[in-house]
Amino acid sequence: MCKRFVVIWFPYLKTDWYAKRETELSDLPFVLYASIHNRMVVTAANKMAESKGISTAMVLADAKAIIPSLQVKEDPPGFFEKKILAFSQWFIRYSPIVSIASFDNIIIDASGCAHLWGSEENYLNDIVKRMRELGYTIRISMADTIGTAWAMTHYGEPLSIIGSGQQAQALAHLPPASLRIEPEVTERLHKLGLHCIYDFMKMPSAVLRRRFGNDFIRQLQYALGYVEEYIKPIEPVPVFHKRLQCMEPISTAIGIEIALQNVLETICVQLKTQGKGLRTAIFKAYRLDGKVEKIDIMVNRPSNDETHLFKLFALKINTIEPSLGIELFTLDALKVEETNSEQEQLWNGVGELTDYGLAQLIDKLSNKIGEQNIVRFLPDEHYLPERSIKKADDLHEHPSAKWNLTKPRPVCMLQPPEPIQVTAPIPDYPPMLFRYKNKVHKIVKADGPERIEQEWWINQGRHRDYYFVEDEQGCRYWLFRSGHYDGGKQDRWFLHGYCA
Amino acid sequence: MVVSKSDIISRLQKEILSLGGVKTPIGMPMDNNGLSFLQHFPYGVFPTGAIHEFMCGSAEEKAVSCGFIGGLISTFLPQHGVILWISRTQAVFPHALCTFNIEPHKVIFIHPKCEKEVWWCIEEALRCNRIIAVVTEMKDLNFTNSRRFQLAVEQTKVTGFILNARPENTSTSGCTSRWKITSLPSRLADGMPGVGYPKWKVELQKIRNGKTGFWEMEWIGGQFKHTKREEIIIPMKERKTG
Repeated sequence: MCKRFVVIWFPYLKTDWYAKRETELSDLPFVLYASIHNRMVVTAANKMAESKGISTAMVLADAKAIIPSLQVKEDPPGFFEKKILAFSQWFIRYSPIVSIASFDNIIIDASGCAHLWGSEENYLNDIVKRMRELGYTIRISMADTIGTAWAMTHYGEPLSIIGSGQQAQALAHLPPASLRIEPEVTERLHKLGLHCIYDFMKMPSAVLRRRFGNDFIRQLQYALGYVEEYIKPIEPVPVFHKRLQCMEPISTAIGIEIALQNVLETICVQLKTQGKGLRTAIFKAYRLDGKVEKIDIMVNRPSNDETHLFKLFALKINTIEPSLGIELFTLDALKVEETNSEQEQLWNGVGELTDYGLAQLIDKLSNKIGEQNIVRFLPDEHYLPERSIKKADDLHEHPSAKWNLTKPRPVCMLQPPEPIQVTAPIPDYPPMLFRYKNKVHKIVKADGPERIEQEWWINQGRHRDYYFVEDEQGCRYWLFRSGHYDGGKQDRWFLHGYCA
Repeated sequence: MVVSKSDIISRLQKEILSLGGVKTPIGMPMDNNGLSFLQHFPYGVFPTGAIHEFMCGSAEEKAVSCGFIGGLISTFLPQHGVILWISRTQAVFPHALCTFNIEPHKVIFIHPKCEKEVWWCIEEALRCNRIIAVVTEMKDLNFTNSRRFQLAVEQTKVTGFILNARPENTSTSGCTSRWKITSLPSRLADGMPGVGYPKWKVELQKIRNGKTGFWEMEWIGGQFKHTKREEIIIPMKERKTG
């Protein structure tokens, strides 16, 4: 399901709060100040003061010089940080997941909430109306990502709704500062003439990362929705934990299985009602002698399927040593995620990577032999053969580049390449014969050379000239010479693979 | 009406097969594109849902067997399925699978740590009907485990390909077929430089309910081609059964 986030900004939170209590302040220029490094500095200014040119971080004396009749009050330290917490709790009526970004910004995860108010517009208008009744000015916007909603709140219209998937268009003409990045980075961007997000939105991330750092890239990806951003809700997410006390110590495998089934059932029901699934879980058995036996499982995609999870645990039950007996069992779902809706699974064609049955098989294998031993490769845009593939993060990742079909590649590749002895007639000609593992292969046919350079931006080194050769028996090999021909002074030929 | 002799023979052959418990393949024989080696299989169809054993002693033989298996998968198995490749080490270079019409990102490589885990993984994989093929490399293929694999695939219809790294071990196995693929010098038009298309000597050493034989085959433009039409059937005395 598509996520929707609302970001609310209280531009005049502090002054509004005072104006609510002392009504005469609302018609007068008014500021709050605090003592920072022995200087009286303005920490908040109301709309009227701001329109006269007073801004935060200004020295109080300067502000008074601008408006002699300025009303001032001391800013009680830490007071508004507590206030915003109370505020955010008030917002729980709009969504169960509310988070505080800073003392004047609130983020609401409004996914699936807005329709209760009729439409997204009504939803936001209702918030604005009620806040106005309470005496607060707010700026608000709604978008698919927190980043975009934040940018629109601070740099867009006072109330804006960005349609689903329209982050890029919405952000295009906003200044880079709207991405919640450090002021130094913003300054550097302006210096380079990148005055709006559109200017650098389409640049390759590797280029941007080198110049502006990882944080910058992450914020951009958050805003565009390429990477999911998580918020810390003020109300803690329910913990999935279940204990089972035993009347008599348990010491048989059957007993453990029954206990496991019991706790797993409760947790799965709990997960199902909340539309969630677990990714990792740990099952602990507390023994009479004080030791704790543990087994853990992980799954590729969030699951609340009791039988599947039980099967995964069952593979490891025999590692539990009951000794004198077990008196307490606990099950914790350590990592819990939203499950994809059931409907989605109906569309999945059998035999596709998204297939649920396949995910179950992979779970089973990875719990037995370790997740790191199961790999899937995607093409990577590099020239060197060993760098031209990368490991996929999960089963759903699709190749972002095309697989290379144009050049011959070996079916079995030797990693690292094996050195061979070679007789080559003339520079840049394929060798006449090569010796590998004390066997001489006389080369009859050859293709090449195909020169592959080291990518200088990654590492320095010699280029390679690859030859695709066939020996007398018809066996086909992939050889390369590292660097230029130097009259055979050094052995710099390698066998890199066997071809079909 | 005169019924020709070959018709009678093929009818009788089918009768024998059905009496022997060989089920009619689900997919009907496709246009065999002149692949005469298909005539050696029961019903003239490449046996899917079976275990095929490939003898490969050397690294060269392993590479050509992998290539040939790639060709078999893309030619005779359903398209767009997931393939599991189970081996102790990463040997196959994914880019090369494109040559054999396999999408490399749909191949999941599984690297168990010991031989025992290899067996376990193969059996689990063969018991899952959501994949189309399992390719494995293993050392100790014996009658017991090959029989277990064969029983697993008979239910799920997954096709298993086992690269047997110990060709000297020719003990009885429960596999449907046993192959040996060796490379042959590639052909080129007269006077052309370079290396031609992959060319192999394909030996079918054992096939249940079929005829053994050997052929010279090439992989050209994404499909198998016979280079010699006439095939030589191994004389009867070399056969152990049937």
